[in-house]
Formats: sequence, C-alpha cells, structure tokens
Amino acid sequence: MEHTLHQERRDFLRKVSLSAGGLLLGFTLFEDLAAQSGKGHVIEGVRHDFNSYLSIGTDGSITIASPNPELGQNIKTSFAMIVADELDADWSRVTVVQAPLDTSKFDRQLTGGSGAVPHSWKRLRTAGATARQMLIAAAATTWNVPASACTAENGFVIHKASGKKSSYGDLVTIAAKLNVPTDVPLKNHKDFKLIGKPIRNVENKNIVIGKPMFGLDFYRDGMVYAVIQRPPAFGSKIKSVDDKAARAVKGVSDVVRFGNNVAVVASSTWAAMKGRKALQINYEADKALESSSDHADIFSKLMDSPNARIQRKEGDVNAAFKAAAKVIKREYECPFVPHNPIEPMNFFADVRPDKVELIGPTQTPGSARRAVSDLLKIPENKITVDITRLGGGFGRRLKFDYVVEAAEISSIIKKPVKVIWSREDDMGGGSYRPAVRYRFEAALDANNNLIGYKLKGVGINAGNPTRENNFPSGSVDNLLIESLDHNSPITTGAWRAPITNFLAYAEQAFLDEVAEAMGKDPVQMRLDLLQKARTNPAGPVRYDIERMETVIKSVAEKSQWGKKPGTSQGISIYFSHASYVGQVCDVVMQDGKPVIKKITSVADCGVVVNSSGAQQQVMGGILDGMGHAMYGKLSFNAGEPEQKNFNVYKHIRMKGIPEVEAHFVDNGKDPTGLGEPALPPAGGAVANAIYKATGKRLYRQPFVEQEPFKSAE
Amino acid sequence: MPVYSLNINGKIQKVDADSDTPLLWVLRDNLRLLGTKFGCGVGSCGACTIHMNGNATRACLMTVSSIGTAKITTIEGLSAKGDHPLQLAWDEVDVPQCGYCQTGQIMTAAAFLKKNPTPTLEQVETAMNGNLCRCAAYHRIREAVLAASQKTK
Ligand code: FES
Ligand code: FES
Repeated sequence: MEHTLHQERRDFLRKVSLSAGGLLLGFTLFEDLAAQSGKGHVIEGVRHDFNSYLSIGTDGSITIASPNPELGQNIKTSFAMIVADELDADWSRVTVVQAPLDTSKFDRQLTGGSGAVPHSWKRLRTAGATARQMLIAAAATTWNVPASACTAENGFVIHKASGKKSSYGDLVTIAAKLNVPTDVPLKNHKDFKLIGKPIRNVENKNIVIGKPMFGLDFYRDGMVYAVIQRPPAFGSKIKSVDDKAARAVKGVSDVVRFGNNVAVVASSTWAAMKGRKALQINYEADKALESSSDHADIFSKLMDSPNARIQRKEGDVNAAFKAAAKVIKREYECPFVPHNPIEPMNFFADVRPDKVELIGPTQTPGSARRAVSDLLKIPENKITVDITRLGGGFGRRLKFDYVVEAAEISSIIKKPVKVIWSREDDMGGGSYRPAVRYRFEAALDANNNLIGYKLKGVGINAGNPTRENNFPSGSVDNLLIESLDHNSPITTGAWRAPITNFLAYAEQAFLDEVAEAMGKDPVQMRLDLLQKARTNPAGPVRYDIERMETVIKSVAEKSQWGKKPGTSQGISIYFSHASYVGQVCDVVMQDGKPVIKKITSVADCGVVVNSSGAQQQVMGGILDGMGHAMYGKLSFNAGEPEQKNFNVYKHIRMKGIPEVEAHFVDNGKDPTGLGEPALPPAGGAVANAIYKATGKRLYRQPFVEQEPFKSAE
Repeated sequence: MPVYSLNINGKIQKVDADSDTPLLWVLRDNLRLLGTKFGCGVGSCGACTIHMNGNATRACLMTVSSIGTAKITTIEGLSAKGDHPLQLAWDEVDVPQCGYCQTGQIMTAAAFLKKNPTPTLEQVETAMNGNLCRCAAYHRIREAVLAASQKTK
C-alpha cells in the first residue's frame, strides 16, 4: 500500500483506515491545531505499509502505530520499542502514532488488566522482524548476494563481504513489493538493542510544552459544550425539572433531558457549567438510599449469612478447625474509593444520519462503539472512534457511560458536542472500587502447622471479592473460600488491580499474624507454605511456585530483611494478573511516630520492555497502593457521596513519600504486564511494618483513621 | 459580553467573556491555550497552574475580570522552544506517566526555582505539595526539579 504524504489529514485518516492494510501515518488528532500554530509537520516522500503496525518512508522515517489506549502505562513507547527492536530500526527516526479503533487490523484494542504487552509481544516482534527480513531480501536481490550474507543494523542493511550498505529508506520501495514471508525467526533476547533499555516516553517533548493531546483538548469549530446534571444520590430519579433559569444563562443554547440526566448545552464550558447550576431539579427515591452506616450493617449480615457461594474447597475445614490447637480469626474492611483520573471524563461526538464520529479518552473504544451503535441504531461500520491520550484511567475509562452520553446529546441536538464532567461529577458519578469486608480464619495444630484456612469475602457490588486460586490456596490441605455480594444502587467497576488492590493487603496482613502465631519469620513461613504446595499440593496450584519463591528470596535480600537494626520491616508478596511482586516496607519511629521510610520492591514481570517505564509503573503503583491504603475513603449519606472534590478527598502528595527501590527478576520469560501488579502488595507491606514498629495491627482502610495514625494526626 | 484585554505570554489578547469566567476557561475555550489543564476547578490539584506576575497561580480560581493588567504566563509562554531547564529535565528524568498534570507541575516548579534557585529536597516537596499527580510520578518530579536547579545554578 502506497501513500503520498501531502493529503489533508482528515481525509487521509479516513481513507487509510478504510483501506485494507492501510495505516494512520505520522499525524495526530490535533494536527489541525498544530497546523494553525504553524507547527504542523510535513513528511516528504512516499510511505509503504508493511503491516498494521508499521510503515516505512522512502526518507527512512519509520511510523509505528500503537493501537492500545495510552493512559500513562507508557504503552505507546513500549509497543514501538518492540517493533523497532526486531526491525533493527534507528530509534531516532521512529514516530509513534495512536491508531484509531480498527477491528479489522487490531484485536484487543483496549487498556486494562495489564494485558496489552503480554497479548501483543509476539505480534509486535513478528511485525518488526518480518519487515526486516523483507528489507534484507530487497538488498540481497539488488546486490545479487544471498540474503543470509546480509545483516540489518540501525536502519541499514549491510553486506559485510562487499562493504555494501543501503538505508531502509532506499530499500523500502522494493521491499514492500516482495511476498510477505511467514515463520520469520525472532531475535535472541541477548540481541535486543532497545528492549530492556531505559527509553524515554515518546511524548515527553509534547507533554512538557502543553501540546494538546488529551480528550479535553479536542476542539472543533462549530462544536458546543455540554455539562450534565445526574442524580446526586444513587437510588434516586428525577421528579421534576425547571430549566427556566438555566436557559436564561448567557451562552446556553439547549437544555436536554434524557433518562435521569439533564444536559445543559452552551457555547462555552463555563456557560454550560453556570447553566447547570441554575437548574432546579427535584428528585425522588426509587431505590434504597444507602449510607455508609447501612453498609456496615449489610456487611455484618452477609458475613453471618449461610448462603455464601463456595469459590473453592479443599479437604475438610470443619474437622481441621475442630482439631486445631490454635485458631486465628480476623476481619478486614475497605471503603469505596473513586478512580479520580486527573483528567475528568469527557468525550466528543458528532452524530449525523449517515455517520458518527467519536473522539476522546477511552480504555475500551470497541465496547464504546458497540454501545453507541445499540443506542442510536446506527451500524458500527458507520461509527469511527479516535482515541486521544488519556489523563489517567485506573479502570474508570473501561466504562463508556460518558461516551454514550455525548453521542446521545449530539443525536438530540444535531450538533457536534463535547461533554465535560466536572471533578464533582467524576467523584460523585459512580463506578467506584467496591467496598468489601473479609473474614480470614487459620487453624494451627500443636506443632504450629497451618492445617486449615478459611476466607469469606462479602462485598457491595463486588461480584466475587475473593481470588480463590491465589496463594496460599494449594498449600493448605483444608481450605474454604466463599463469597457473597450485596446488590446496591451505588455503581462500581474495575479499579486498578480489581479486587486484589484491597484483598492483597488483607491477606498479607493476615498471613503476618499467622506467622507470628506460628512463631515463624514471615519470609520463612511463606517459603515453607510454598514448599508444601510443591511437595504435597492441596488441589490445583495456579501460580508458579518457583517464580514466587524467587521474588520472596530476592526481596528479602535486597531489602536486607531482618538485618537493619532500628528499622521495622514488613513484607508482602502478591501474584496478580500474571506477574509476581514482593515488597518490603521500612518504618522507623521518629518523635514517637511511625514514619514510612522506604519500600523495596522486586517484580517478576518477565522481560522488562522499557526499564525506565517499568520503574515508573512500580514507583507509581506503590505510591498509589500506599496512598489509597492510607487515605482513600468515599463515604455515603442517603445515597450521596460525601466527598466530591480534592479539597475534601485526600490523595497521596509529594511530601513525605517514602523512597522506593524497584528491582526486577531477569528470567527472560515473555512479558506478563506491569500496570497493575505493583499496587496490590503495598498496603500489606506498610501495615506489617507499622505493626512491627508500633504493635498496632491495621484492620481497616484508610489507615489514617486507625491507630497508630489516628492519635498522631 | 465585556471584552477584556489580557496580557498573556507577552501579547495583548482581547477576549469576549462573562466577568465571572475563570481564567482557566478563557485560556482554553477562548484562546485555545490548552496546556493549562482542568483537574478540579477548586484550586486543589494544580493542573491549571499559570504565572501571574511571576507567581504560581491557579487559573481556575481567577476570574477574567480580576486579571486587569497582570502579566500572565502559561506553559506555552514558559520558553520559546520548550527548552526551559525544567522542560529539559522533565524529559531527561523521563517524568511523565499520563502526563496530564505535568504542565501544572512545571509551572509551579518554575515560579518556585525563580525564588529559590538552590532548594533542598524538603523545600521542593513543600513547594510542589499542592500539585496532585494521580499517577504518583512524585519521585521523578522531585528529581527533575532538583536536576533543573543544579543546572540553573
Ligand atoms: S483545576 Fe485549578 S487547581 Fe485543579
Ligand atoms: S502524570 Fe498522570 S497525573 Fe501526573
């Protein structure tokens, strides 16, 4: 497929995304804007597409398409590195573009579950390696030498024997006409030139100058702005609307009611916000208006209910607990928390009778399109989705409610519209991490062997709040894991490292108590359990025992476990998604208060693609996990969230952050993802270290509301 | 609507806006200076940080009518080529994750370093504490501010 490169961008984008094998080239959604400011870039020459990911220009420029939404997990850089490495490209000539939704070229075009790199690892490598082989073949034919005598290096094909050398740009026209080879060999890991290196984020230079690239930065002439009033309390609905005052606000052009929402449409964001404030809406309850105190009662009831679902059962727990010499029973609880990505929800929609354009930040463009198609009864092939950069996601943008809203409003008012949520809309608008309570029980025999283990998890719209196959399942002969859920009008959703973001803390804090009751070192206790799972497993073992052992031993060594006088340490190990992460937290007492000094982390995520990006994911994931364990809490009164902005809802800030040391296990295994796995262990490591330092166990989040922090505040 | 003459990035810009419009939305909707971000609208995240007569200021808290002749600098006006020492340090240290908060972080840091060119780590933390980074890229933000301060010394 060949393109000349001076076509107008929008036509161009459409044309290539409709043509088989076509590719969105070195343009961004905001090129119109860049062109206005005189900064648009024109690439001269002709470009050839090799596959869905890769296109090479006759000027030697390389364009790599990144299909998955970028929200800070650094996928745009990592994906391109993988392709470029196998291609032996000159990295300085690589431009990475965000591909629009295109199910004909890409599968799994979503961001979530730490799954993008694992899913695409082979595909991306093959994309690069195939093109490299074609370029080599082109050179070999031209020079009339065997391809096997040629090598590729940094954007050139070289024939060492004759000293011949040709750039990819010079070879691309011939190469692109060759048959696409199959079964192309991939590099040995030791030959990687980019993979594993600290490569800077490809967008850094644009980010630091404030170049428009986020959804909220998308503007188009003629578009209007919409701000939506949704029911403030979960479980309520509209009784009556008086929009007279809203319509009188200067700049307001429309007030639209759809479902239980009222949208104020205006010629500017501020006018829409002011108009919304002027709405007079009466609401009435149509479901239970739950308060946080109700949730405590609900938890207690569920905990005592005999109707729990059995998630996993091994041996005979009742007999084990009857025979036990010692039983430890503890409960842990966590509140709802909002995702709060820093860029509030927003989306642009232009609905026309024959086509729909959707532009904005979404983790799941495919599902969003399907939902819009269902709503408007317009076939999916008439709907395009362009993905902007996401100002964070944390799972919130897996839901596409705000995309559907934009499409619905545009279809009603018949204008292109950008829907903007305020922070209050965002924090009050649902899809929270579910609130859960856990009860853990352990039975020890007279020799302090763990003979029985029970976990009951109850949640509010949590689905199954347990992960029944995670450690220590497989290592305890008699085991029962159950769950029970309460159906609430308060909406919940996946939140970075769903369920395990809290379960890991509860479980690792509990195991710390079990180790203490056994009189064992917490590191040794975990290793002993793993040994048991290896030699005499109780049912299926769904984690890799060796990888987990390696992480435990390595984090103990790197953190100088037990060898730091004056420092109290807590350990936590967790397998989540497909990666293994161990963390040790160091706490010291200063002026009688515990201070979290350092968290040492060892992650086994297989091959580390970008060592700089991987460090970020671990450092950020740990602070995110620790921050929410310390401060995160959204409480409710009569169905309405009590915190709706950052002035009353606390996130971790820079002051007093602990040092974080991030290590990686180098085992050459295929990458297993890192956007989430560093978060779950953090809370447990902190809680266990705090106990060591103060003798106080933490059973609930947020920690700041518990001792020893409460009285220290 | 009243017309205001604003001194932004060294240029006088005329904008037509309601008197109570926050400067943030004037910059974004009227002038398409989109590097100033909306995060909270209540002064609690710092995503909208600009300089007003050299002081780091939350654009979401300033109404357009209150600006008068004050000199406003946005991220677009911080340097001619994106080469302010902080912008360079941000790339070198590879700070951004999602990147959304970073222009606000840089603007806060730039005003701070002007006043205190050789800060301690604690002073950096105190100065930057009002800027939320939801991705928690704090270690590198801190490192980049310190790195830039070494260079401007
Ligand atoms: S948007 Fe101004 S401080 Fe958050
Ligand atoms: S980089 Fe995402 S909020 Fe700071």
